[in-house]
Amino acid sequence: MAGRHVDMDHIAVEMRNIVKKFGDFVANDGINLTVHRGEIHAILGENGAGKSTLMNQLYGMYTPTSGEILIDGKPTVIDSPKTAIHAGIGMVHQHFMLVQPFTITENIVLGMEPVNGIKLDMKRARESVMEISQRYQLAIDPDARIEDISVSMQQRVEILKALYRGAQTLILDEPTASLTPQEIVELIDIMHNLTADGKSIILITHKLKEIKAAADFCTIIRLGKYIATVNVADVTEGELASMMVGRNVNFQVEKPPKEPGEVVLEVKDLHGVDYRGVEILKGLSLTVRRGEILGIAGIDGNGQTEMVEIITGLRKATQGQVLVNGVDVCNRPPRVGFDHGVSSIPADRQKHGLILEFSVAENLILQNFREPEFSHRGILNKAAIQAHAEAAVAKYDIRPKDCALHPAGTLSGGNQQKVIIAREVGNDKDLLIAVNPTRGLDVGAIEYVHKYLVEQRNKGKAVLLVSFELDEILNLSDRIDTIYGGRIVGSMLGDEADENTLGLMMAGGKKA
Amino acid sequence: MGISPIAAYQRLITGAFGSTRYLSYCIVYATPLIFTGLAVAFSFRTGVFNIGAEGQFVVGSMAACVVGILVPAPSIVLIPLCFLVAALAGALWGVIVGFLKTRFGINEVLSMIMFNWIAFYLSNYIADLDIIHSTGSAEATKNVADAAMILLPKGLIDGLSLAPKANWGIFLAIIATVIVYVVINKTTTGYELKAVGFNRSAAEYGGINVNRSILLALAISGALAGIGGATQLLGQGGRISIFTAQENFGFQGISVALIGASNPVGVFFAGLFYGALKYGGTKLNLIQAPSEVIDIITGTVVFFIAISHIFRIRVRKGGRQHG
Repeated sequence: MAGRHVDMDHIAVEMRNIVKKFGDFVANDGINLTVHRGEIHAILGENGAGKSTLMNQLYGMYTPTSGEILIDGKPTVIDSPKTAIHAGIGMVHQHFMLVQPFTITENIVLGMEPVNGIKLDMKRARESVMEISQRYQLAIDPDARIEDISVSMQQRVEILKALYRGAQTLILDEPTASLTPQEIVELIDIMHNLTADGKSIILITHKLKEIKAAADFCTIIRLGKYIATVNVADVTEGELASMMVGRNVNFQVEKPPKEPGEVVLEVKDLHGVDYRGVEILKGLSLTVRRGEILGIAGIDGNGQTEMVEIITGLRKATQGQVLVNGVDVCNRPPRVGFDHGVSSIPADRQKHGLILEFSVAENLILQNFREPEFSHRGILNKAAIQAHAEAAVAKYDIRPKDCALHPAGTLSGGNQQKVIIAREVGNDKDLLIAVNPTRGLDVGAIEYVHKYLVEQRNKGKAVLLVSFELDEILNLSDRIDTIYGGRIVGSMLGDEADENTLGLMMAGGKKA
Repeated sequence: MGISPIAAYQRLITGAFGSTRYLSYCIVYATPLIFTGLAVAFSFRTGVFNIGAEGQFVVGSMAACVVGILVPAPSIVLIPLCFLVAALAGALWGVIVGFLKTRFGINEVLSMIMFNWIAFYLSNYIADLDIIHSTGSAEATKNVADAAMILLPKGLIDGLSLAPKANWGIFLAIIATVIVYVVINKTTTGYELKAVGFNRSAAEYGGINVNRSILLALAISGALAGIGGATQLLGQGGRISIFTAQENFGFQGISVALIGASNPVGVFFAGLFYGALKYGGTKLNLIQAPSEVIDIITGTVVFFIAISHIFRIRVRKGGRQHG
């Protein structure tokens, strides 16, 4: 599959020996990149390796400290996104930049609207949008409003927006981070349609599977340095991973057999509504015991988010019980669940997990700042708080090593997640809930998170794992419940489960 | 207008710092602004925008006035009592708004602006009551008992040739600054309030009672503004005139909080700075320069400070990309 559209005689984008410094920090240290016409070129690197910095220079958000950029063989100075667009570079950011109340057409033509005199020519705008959409088989409804369409549809709009501006080379920044497995397959098809038409695509990612499925070539960056450019067909996922992190990576999690003990969490007949007031949980029940990981498999939007919010006390249930160690904590504030044994790694680490303006040390005591260890008669014990943080930073390998007093917001995503894990695991509660705990993390960090989840299970804690990554569920879970339409529709043992059966149940089919 | 700017600035500077008397006037002008500045800064740190310091200042002032007129007691009892009721009145004014916000989700900025006007007319209503209103022809309240006043000893004022109304208020402002600094930076309460201010969702997730924190933040903020009102009353005229327009101590507190970057120590000095400008500005009339120049100066200062914040945010965002 890979390589079928690549025109090796035509170099679309070349970046030569790019160096980018921020003060003393060298974010890019002599990076080379060659992208041919019709090629899908992946850029692989851990969080903070310098992928985004490199691409932001190609898109004109930063200018290189030294080095050269050539577009279609001509040296080009790109000093703003505007010149980048003019040079045929388009970028789809990880976080979409769309105007929510506008229609798809309005968003696509924004800033380059066809005009009729001084009037906006909406008819012509709509026609040109439809034309591009048909040409690249990117089906959209031109009149739908952004706020009403799904994330994957919004991504299409972003791609169309770049194409409308005449992009020849498209930069996609972590495009699959918020997509379901089916949507990822569709996106890869779209990428192939684009390259068939002679477009080039630069794909920033740390998901090895997608690189294997989509990319022709892959450039690996580690700690700001250029490591290698490889032909994707010639390497295995394992080889890519070890080039990325600089050591061998263990994909398979070591998990000794363990008899589950007494029940820690029992959810009975849970009903609840989502933010619009529509019933989304329709009688969900489950149990998690000591010493087991219960995985919840399911497609986003089937009630798993609301279920976790109810268990952790952030949302009210309309009916049902949440028993933690036998005590009903349903519809009680988060503190009550915490006191009875609930700890959790939330899905949105920046919204719920951390206070980005607080230091790492302050974040680590979020639930415990009133404990005698950290405060006395309402006065915080700064020395103890700092010592606690330094110990956690060392134990959980949070980087940079001197970050205890840095604001949490300055850490990379993987290290932010480590702070949350350090806190929640450190709380030493009977139940650990983890929601998409590895979302957006690179393989090194994923391995790390998985190790801690299994360690909690081995220590006799109950672990409830909710994840949209089927591989993660299959790898870690002792038992797997599948959620669909607000109910558990199937339950099986981890060893007996396979991707196909689960996939079918997740889509609403009955268990075979 | 044909006035030399150099002459104007000279006038401004000598007018503010030219003698101990002028200096003490600056401090007297600064004292209430330090309190309202602290009130606004405290609310900023906890994620609420206390635009209602104006009203809290007014009710605090009026509460102290009523007690100062009606309660016959020696200074040692009366002064603390005046400050206590002023703090409570200001806190109550803040808490009502907080309650409307947490219970009914009413935007605090809107209700605070309305409560500023409620305070305004309430103050005028009380000042007009027979038992409070001046027996003479003045459109004002009676004077509070001499025992309630916090002026410096006459001997000290004359000895150092200070302003005749130089008062103890600045020492209260220093104490308040230290307390606010300690509460924000060293206590569990400050931790909780800041957590709510920075990220309400994460604070709630971490088990902090968000609504309680908002109420507490507004109570403390309101109490500070209320004490500021009492200081102004007991350290100055000792009576409250019928308002024809808002006095703006609360709104100027917003500028002071911004200039001081919401840091209590910064607010203290920003208050002194603003007070000096305000007092120095009254001297500009003497050379026929419009005293509105002062508003232009403070407006410009606040403007540039706001711009510096924008730059800082941009730099931080740029820095985060490679983090």
